Amino acid sequence: MSVNSQDVDNNSKSMTSYLSPVVRDIQPSGIRRFFDLVSGNKDIITLGVGEPDFITPWHVREACVYSLERGFTSYTSNAGMPELREAIAEYLYTSYDVKYDPKDEIIVTVGGSEAIDLALRALIVPGDEVLVPAPCYISYSPITSIGGGVPVEVETYAEDSFKLKAEHLQAKITPKSKILILNYPSNPTGGIMTYEDWLPIAKVVEENDLIVIADEIYSELTYDHKHVSFASIPGMKDRTLLVNGFSKAFAMTGWRMGYVCGHSDLIYAMLKIHQYTVMCAPVMGQVAALEALKNGLEEKDHMVESYNQRRRLIVQGLRDIGLTCHDPQGAFYAFPSIASTGLSSEEFSQRLLMEARVAAVPGNAFGGGGEGFLRCSYATSVSQLNEALHRMGQFVHKLKQG
Amino acid sequence: MRQMSELKLKVLDLLKEDARREPELLATLLGATPEEVAAAITELEEDNVIVKYATIVNSSKLDDEKVTALIEVQITPERGRGFEAIAERVYLFPQVMSVYLMSGAYDLLVEVEGRNLKEVASFVSDKLSTLESVLSTKTHFILKKYKQDGIIFEDPEEDRRLLISP
Repeated sequence: MSVNSQDVDNNSKSMTSYLSPVVRDIQPSGIRRFFDLVSGNKDIITLGVGEPDFITPWHVREACVYSLERGFTSYTSNAGMPELREAIAEYLYTSYDVKYDPKDEIIVTVGGSEAIDLALRALIVPGDEVLVPAPCYISYSPITSIGGGVPVEVETYAEDSFKLKAEHLQAKITPKSKILILNYPSNPTGGIMTYEDWLPIAKVVEENDLIVIADEIYSELTYDHKHVSFASIPGMKDRTLLVNGFSKAFAMTGWRMGYVCGHSDLIYAMLKIHQYTVMCAPVMGQVAALEALKNGLEEKDHMVESYNQRRRLIVQGLRDIGLTCHDPQGAFYAFPSIASTGLSSEEFSQRLLMEARVAAVPGNAFGGGGEGFLRCSYATSVSQLNEALHRMGQFVHKLKQG
Repeated sequence: MRQMSELKLKVLDLLKEDARREPELLATLLGATPEEVAAAITELEEDNVIVKYATIVNSSKLDDEKVTALIEVQITPERGRGFEAIAERVYLFPQVMSVYLMSGAYDLLVEVEGRNLKEVASFVSDKLSTLESVLSTKTHFILKKYKQDGIIFEDPEEDRRLLISP
């Protein structure tokens, strides 16, 4: 920025009065705050990264390069390339036993994030209450608020392995409850839901006529149990918008490739928003995603095995340090309790960063129930994990002595 | 060959990535006990599945840079013993690094290492070509190694992720 424009900026009035109050009042995420604190620090080992440490498999990258060479650079149909939608339908049927018609029940979106935004915008009437199990991924509540909805947190607990319990959900239901957002396997807790866990939730959903947005972006990353899609629970398919994508399973975060599936009435409405806002997901990403589904499942399995190995390492390591850590059955996060140190999540993670040079995200950044916990991503190399655990061990030891 | 246990296969994968990993670490990674892992390793060693724990060297980083050549060798197999006898006569030379029996236009692919070009050339003309059953040789000198045994020597793919992300 030039000196002149700086001067103009300094003299100009604040522009915030032009903003919509809803947007102005949204708090920046706690992760953002922590990011600013971390960046600029050297010799940090980070357990704060919410994405795979694998680079997108070469055959996927190569397919994209080849498509560019052949000139695949135009718009695709709004809902995404038909071949890709067909591949997604087949994959979902084979992997999770849910059947969608690629013709009018699937939209390819710009990441799972757009899918969630589309779903909430299509469904929320101002004043509607949106139930969100917490601690949870950071974007559900702000997007709900932007749409005029009211986010209502339903707490989940370490002693339940952060599973959603029907009685806790039921307790938060009011006549205004309309939507339930589910994110299992869960970021940040690593919690999962089994078929038996889902049944009582499905009952509450049915009885209260809720619509469910099931963000199953981590569905491929489960370890001792195969993922059960909420849409596969009897009676739930029509009231579920299933969100998934390529980021976590195929190490494709930067491609921004996601999709949403559901009843054609809902998908049709979401497609209207999608076509007026983004037109279609980028064609390069769609070509890559198709390659991932066609030829990437074996490499995906290798990645899952590798996460599982590191999961065992970090959970064991955290417990050896003396922190209580539930067994995370999904995603790539461990969510240990740091309550025994007497520090708050924020204090603990700031001091861990400054004194032990390890970055991990304070649990309170993920909403209710996250206080007292720390999100540790184990999507990093075994040697980095070992070093991080070593440093954390010394830090916690020092805390407990002092 | 009998079916190898899943544990052994996973131990092998992890050791191929890094042979210096301790059984305790392997046990944690694989959800097994250190005793189970140690027993698996012992069996793999006894069965000669694990042949050796060697070091992969990027010799271009060394001052005394060596010369390596891949030599295509056409041979007449020996009656009764096929290619085994001649392969043995070749691989016993210490300057021979690897020997593969190939399908296609030639029979053996021989990797030879020498201190300089001359040394490799004289090995080929004096030792290899003069073997009775060798019909012809074709020598290719290696100019640069980019990847060996699945390991990229100078991996350009660094971690470009943000330090913190949601």
